[in-house]
Amino acid sequence: MQNKEPGMTLIVKTITRLTVGLILLYGIYIVLHGHLTPGGGFAGGVIIALSFVHLMLAFGKEFALKRLSQAAIAISESLGAIMFLAIALLGLVVGGYFFFNFLSKGRPFELFSAGIIPWCNIAISLKVGAGLFAIFTALILFSEARQER
Amino acid sequence: MLPFFVVIPLACAFLISLLGKRIKNLSDILANLGTLALLILSLYSIGLVNNHKILVYKVGGWIPPIGISMVLDGLSSFMLVIVGVVSFLVTVYSINYMERFTDKWKFYTLFMLMLAGMNGVIVSGDLFNLFVFLEIASIASYALVAFGTEAEELEASFKYAIMGSVASSFILLGIAFLYSYTSTLNMADISLVLSIKEPGLMVSFIAVLFLVGFGLKAALVPFHAWLPDAHPSAPAPISAMLSGVFIKILGVYALCRVFFNILGVSDKIFFVLTILGVISMILGAFLAIAQSDIKRMFAYSSISQIGFIIFALGIGSPLALLGGLFHLFNHAIFKSLLFLNSGAVEYSTGVRDLKRLGGLNSRLPITGFTGLLGAMSISGIPPLGGFWSKLIIIIAAVQAGYFMFASIAILISIVTLAYYLKFLGFTFFGKLDDAWLKIKEVPWAMRFSMIILAIICVITGLLLIPILRPFLQSAVEVLLSGREYSSIVFGAIR
Repeated sequence: MQNKEPGMTLIVKTITRLTVGLILLYGIYIVLHGHLTPGGGFAGGVIIALSFVHLMLAFGKEFALKRLSQAAIAISESLGAIMFLAIALLGLVVGGYFFFNFLSKGRPFELFSAGIIPWCNIAISLKVGAGLFAIFTALILFSEARQER
Repeated sequence: MLPFFVVIPLACAFLISLLGKRIKNLSDILANLGTLALLILSLYSIGLVNNHKILVYKVGGWIPPIGISMVLDGLSSFMLVIVGVVSFLVTVYSINYMERFTDKWKFYTLFMLMLAGMNGVIVSGDLFNLFVFLEIASIASYALVAFGTEAEELEASFKYAIMGSVASSFILLGIAFLYSYTSTLNMADISLVLSIKEPGLMVSFIAVLFLVGFGLKAALVPFHAWLPDAHPSAPAPISAMLSGVFIKILGVYALCRVFFNILGVSDKIFFVLTILGVISMILGAFLAIAQSDIKRMFAYSSISQIGFIIFALGIGSPLALLGGLFHLFNHAIFKSLLFLNSGAVEYSTGVRDLKRLGGLNSRLPITGFTGLLGAMSISGIPPLGGFWSKLIIIIAAVQAGYFMFASIAILISIVTLAYYLKFLGFTFFGKLDDAWLKIKEVPWAMRFSMIILAIICVITGLLLIPILRPFLQSAVEVLLSGREYSSIVFGAIR
């Protein structure tokens, strides 16, 4: 089947349309449950990035970058790092120790528990997800630039 | 205040990457303020070490060895001062020098990340954190070497990245074995567990892994192949950072910490260090003579001078350790100065081939004069700093009975003088080429950095006088205390 649009065949696109939301949701789930179940900011961030990589593979570069532009990637990567640092510094201000867990710990095994750890996970997932997607985008742009030459 | 050594550069790095593109000059201001703050903090840490001997910071309030710790002792404070001085002057120098490149803010982001990694390696009291910071610094430096993005630079960076990753793998493997053997990652705790366990082959095997890993990072001779490509390819301020402090922190400092304070040194390790040091000393110097590219010559010279430092550490007597650390300090200062000089020459002429230069002293008087001081100091001309450190190393070698190696060290000093005279003769003295009649002295910020470094070069001999000596002596004492490091650290917690 010959297709004029960028990206892969209709079959792949249809399957992608069904699965990509689930992958994104699963990534967010892994991040938010980082303090309760295996996984966390890093693993969840990678899965979130993979959902965008999936989009880019199936629908082409423009389609994915329209949803998440390169500027947005750069900003969220830096913001993730600064947020992580800010949480650690807040610990220093509030509790007297760098990385002090100053929020209420709550009851173990509940979603809203463990103090700053879920917030750290969110910051890490921003950083890792944006970073990984940025690397993938850079590789794609690089290989395209080489093909044009 | 210990976490700030890592927090300040990291925060600067990400703020610059977030805002540097949008606000003009912000990256210059933030980077310079950041390094200035680090310099002041590091100088303040000398006083703290004088009063308390050792400071242990419990990250998150968790008590080591359960939690992560940061440790500030004489050796860390000594290294922090070196990093602080050189990095501040290098960022001042970069204000003008980096104008030639596009995307200056990217340079500063990577630079601050590298700085965060180096400071992290120094203050970390936890072996795995040391590895993480080491990787942050290394990866930032791979990108910085390739900053010019010409074919030659990319090739050098690729070679450097491969060799660096091999080194990191060795170190990681060493840490993994050590963890499986002792069930802990806190440096003081590892030292404690190892002193209880009987010595076995396992520790020797781990020692070899670390020796190869950190030896690669320090560019000791069998592992030096990446350095003469990587250091000249980077922009001049980065060459100054890489040769001046980077190989010392990631190589020599980490080697010292692991061997002296954690694994414990034996005669065999001392012997290996001495031999590696002497080989690096000889090969580096003889390879440097043949070079016609200024920065490549300096890069080989770095290998030779690191050889001196490792040789001194290998002798292992208190005087030799003092000489080694003193030479490390001196080398950081004059090698950064010389790389900044080469950058100034390249900035005004666009050339760094010795054969095409000459007579630049009349056009670039300040660069020429500071270059002269740096070159004389590294070759060991009295009364400059380099003379005193080499003298101490050679006296210590004679005292320890290494007559052969001591005479080799003297010979190599003469060879060093020879190739630095070649550099001075071909660059600053002789007949001025007509092509360089119109060039002007470099801008003020670049001059400022070179002049300050040259002044430090002249006065480092003063570090040996009794009032300033505790600065060096407290660093030496950390190495001399050896495995007692663990009881000192745990004593400070209680």
